[in-house]
Amino acid sequence: MLTIAGRDFHSRLLTGTGKFSSSAVMIEALEESGSEIVTVALRRVDLVDPGDDIMAALDRERYLFLPNTSGARNSDEAVRLARLSRAAGGGDWLKLEVTPDPRTLLPDPVETLMATEVLAADGFHVLPYINADPVLALRLQDVGAAAVMPLGAPIGTNLGLVNRYQIEIIIDQARVPVVVDAGLGAPSHAAAAMEMGADAVLVNTAIAMAPDPVVMARSFSLAVKAGRDAFVSGLPETGSPRASSPDAGLGFLDKS
Amino acid sequence: MEIICNGEKKEATVGMSVEEFIISLKLDPETVVVEFNEALVGRDEYPGKMLEPGCRLEIIRFVGGG
Repeated sequence: MLTIAGRDFHSRLLTGTGKFSSSAVMIEALEESGSEIVTVALRRVDLVDPGDDIMAALDRERYLFLPNTSGARNSDEAVRLARLSRAAGGGDWLKLEVTPDPRTLLPDPVETLMATEVLAADGFHVLPYINADPVLALRLQDVGAAAVMPLGAPIGTNLGLVNRYQIEIIIDQARVPVVVDAGLGAPSHAAAAMEMGADAVLVNTAIAMAPDPVVMARSFSLAVKAGRDAFVSGLPETGSPRASSPDAGLGFLDKS
Repeated sequence: MEIICNGEKKEATVGMSVEEFIISLKLDPETVVVEFNEALVGRDEYPGKMLEPGCRLEIIRFVGGG
């Protein structure tokens, strides 16, 4: 069972709702993912073509909305978006994103720490999106982060666990759940993160942009379960070659 | 009178409330959140909050995102 901010979840796969080709595909993929937590963003309404309302499309009884502060370039903008989110009915959960550089989309650690402190004190359950920095992860827990979300690789790159070693340290030190977010491009990447002991992963692009998002959502769901089971079981040590079959009982091959 | 809504110039009637303006855009007031001159407006305030000439309105809502 995954527990974040005192709430229990069966699924360890969080899914993003961006980039899907249609609401219908998104809904089917989310069902297949088994996810209980889904991320959403806040944007201006397009006055010419308002489109579908995602609040109406998704069953709020079934999915916990985890609004993000994507687009925020500093702490003040993130806090403004957080309060808008709460006023819009988004609740108290927040994936905090502060990304000043649109080229890399890498999070600003200083502004993220400042915003986490302000928002945690304001009653939000803050899940900050961070570069895989073990020291920052601890500092965020000190100021009240409900979980930490280190990036496997920059958003949308599908590169996998580029920051593997740093994420291992974050997991080893964590007092709150670690959700590996961003850059996971294949179910094998998600499984590897779970095998390392991550508490959960968040996937968006790899599912939404797959040729068949519904099948890919199922594949990620299975990979996350497989990786988790492997972690719970414990993996055997790596080392020198050793035969899997018995050494004994081969005497009949020897010449007499 | 002219107001600025989501960065665009829009015509609104004098005496129009935020709620009436949202409905005039064919939007459900329950599904959006509003900033009036960069200050958050609670949903229960929409009917009583009157538009002013040149006011800046942001109408925001949830969309798909990671």
